Amino acid sequence: MKSLFSIFKNGLQKTATSLVRGVQSVFTETKPWTAEDFEHLEGLLIQADLGVVTAAELVNDLKERYDRGKIATREDIRRAMAEDVTKILEVAGAGNPFTPAAKPPTVVLLVGVNGTGKTTTAAKLAHLWQQDGLKVMLAACDTFRAAAVEQLVHWGARVNCPVVAGKPNSDPAAVAFDAATRARNEGMDILLVDTAGRQHTRKALMDELGKIARTIAKACPGAPHEVWLTVDAGIGTNAVTQAREFSKIVPLTGLIITKLDGTGRGGSLVPICRELRIPVRFAGLGERETDLQPFRPDFFAQALFEVKVTGSP
Amino acid sequence: MFEKLTDRFHDIFRNLTGRGALSEANIEEAMREVRRALLEADVNYKVAKEFVESVRQECLGEKVLRSITPGQQAVKVVNDHLTALLGGANEPLNLAAKPAIFILIGLQGSGKTTTAGKLARLLRGRDKKDVLLAACDLKRPAAIDQIEVLGRELDIPTYARRDTQDVVEVVRGARAEASRLNSDVLILDTAGRLQIDTDLVQELVRVKDAVQPQEILLVADAALGQEAVSVAEHFNQALGITGIILTKLDGDARGGAALSIRHVTGRPIKFIGTGERMADLEAFHPERMASRILGMGDIVSLVEKAAEQFEEAESRELEEKMRKNSFDLNDFLSQLRKIKNMGGILAMLDLFPGTKKFKDGLNVDENQLKHVEGIICGMTAAERRDPELLNANRTRRVAQGSGVPVQEVNDLVSRFRMMREMMSGLGGQLGKMSPDGRLPAAPPPQIGGRHINPIMMRMRHRGRR
Repeated sequence: MKSLFSIFKNGLQKTATSLVRGVQSVFTETKPWTAEDFEHLEGLLIQADLGVVTAAELVNDLKERYDRGKIATREDIRRAMAEDVTKILEVAGAGNPFTPAAKPPTVVLLVGVNGTGKTTTAAKLAHLWQQDGLKVMLAACDTFRAAAVEQLVHWGARVNCPVVAGKPNSDPAAVAFDAATRARNEGMDILLVDTAGRQHTRKALMDELGKIARTIAKACPGAPHEVWLTVDAGIGTNAVTQAREFSKIVPLTGLIITKLDGTGRGGSLVPICRELRIPVRFAGLGERETDLQPFRPDFFAQALFEVKVTGSP
Repeated sequence: MFEKLTDRFHDIFRNLTGRGALSEANIEEAMREVRRALLEADVNYKVAKEFVESVRQECLGEKVLRSITPGQQAVKVVNDHLTALLGGANEPLNLAAKPAIFILIGLQGSGKTTTAGKLARLLRGRDKKDVLLAACDLKRPAAIDQIEVLGRELDIPTYARRDTQDVVEVVRGARAEASRLNSDVLILDTAGRLQIDTDLVQELVRVKDAVQPQEILLVADAALGQEAVSVAEHFNQALGITGIILTKLDGDARGGAALSIRHVTGRPIKFIGTGERMADLEAFHPERMASRILGMGDIVSLVEKAAEQFEEAESRELEEKMRKNSFDLNDFLSQLRKIKNMGGILAMLDLFPGTKKFKDGLNVDENQLKHVEGIICGMTAAERRDPELLNANRTRRVAQGSGVPVQEVNDLVSRFRMMREMMSGLGGQLGKMSPDGRLPAAPPPQIGGRHINPIMMRMRHRGRR
């Protein structure tokens, strides 16, 4: 069994290498560091998708600490950056699976733009929680995209989890209502609701999402208890806008970073957490049902900047 | 798409063109702003740097600084470079072979399967081609079902195999099927994969060797971040892509990935996906996009969009009405419904030059269009022909019938008058079009509100009231 840290480290290897190599080449330890050096550093952070504003803020902060003699070596710089990024990502609830509802089922709504991996994530979460001995039900509410329901049904069969599915082009809110009713009546611990991907700029689709959430509340008062946005690790700073717009319609209680096994850096998590203070719950690191890990801000940041962690291999 | 980039460039250039003379410091400052705007749009850091450097060199040259209108010259330099960066004219697909084989490749979730359906629909409708869609994604659960459902919806034949895991066998079978059906085009939808997954990329190389495709199209999400460059470079090196299809442009991604991918591969962006419906795929026109980024509008696309909606005879009739100013509320209602089909008023306004500022002041609620429809439907035939008939009594009746306040009916009528005026201006413009549907050559680009077409002048004027 690989340690959680090494899983993050492997996932972020490509990113980390170029970022750290950049830091090593920019800052020499023989000459004083110049404003230009720090500008290079800002460029490196921008290249990790941290965004112009967050990168500038982090670098200004570092520069000030350097001027005051608080940091002096390249190792210091990396460690300080890892600490700063960890601090930003450590929002209350980060890495926590979910808070169980007072009255089961706990309803978890998965939302996001198209192609971010909602359906795959739903299957992975179902698998994970079933392993923990919880009774899980899946609701396939993407009635729009061709064969999206079939996709979740296939997954349901693979991870051996019941799926409530709607007919193509039927009202997703009605499917959600059915599923919530069934989950309650059948004594499920968790209902995972997979929704259609939608661009946050499409008002009608966003309204539809609001309706799904309200309908679920009618079947299970207080639900959905958790609303999680899937964020594709390869997407740039538009992810911040996505999070901002979705949270206006359905208050987000968590983020799931997907496809972190690719070269995508997931750097956009930093500006999202900085601005919206939404905890990152899980990280998707592959295509198999087991490729989902609780998110660890410190491991993520340390892996990103290749800082040694005490106790890690 | 590119909206925010447009905003930023608009401001930067207003500062530049607002000056009589430019100093090197002015240029330097503008270039810093351009760089920042590009980075905020997720253009790759290195690409942005190179772009700004080349623009700076040219702007600091004698030609710009010594010219009579240096600000506008500088804007022209940026426009030229941006057009070059986006590529020149639209590059069509290579349909020379029969069947012409197109492979769609890309990362997971970039929209390959949806795009395959859209592309098939477009080739059949626009190019009158017989298309075969082949499901070659054997990995993602239900990817084959998805292609089959799309095929049924679009009434386009599909080819799928559930008896093998060998993709090369599937594509060979698909080609044989395309020959048997005498298809003009064969579209292969492949599984999403990481550009650094050597085994899976090698699989694509074997697919390529097996069928010798006319096009290898990289399908990429417009919201991709800095990694867009790595994605494009890896796929291009391994496979030699022939073009790019950008997806999800209906979001508000600033489209920087488009610039980066195009820059590092040198391959053209051929299509853009602009929505979830199968009709939402458009040919990409770099020169028009550059103008749009700089806030100069895209009249040609507007006319083309309109052409899709209006039958030729109908549009001649409409043009006639516009010219004679006999456009009535019945026509207005039918136009309104068409505008809705074209993506709504705001989307259309984007295509006009110089509407940026105007649009900000304009509070268009697309839902209001529904009210408008209701109000017009509540009028008698005579009232629709001549809204001036609407006195207080009639207005009250219409308001009650359509369930809106009286004020809203009055607003509609006054807005209709404004619209009619605008339309008569547009009618004049349409009259000047050459037979191929293009407007007369545009005057040299000018930004900062000096050159605006007369229709927009009137709209702006009204907008301020």
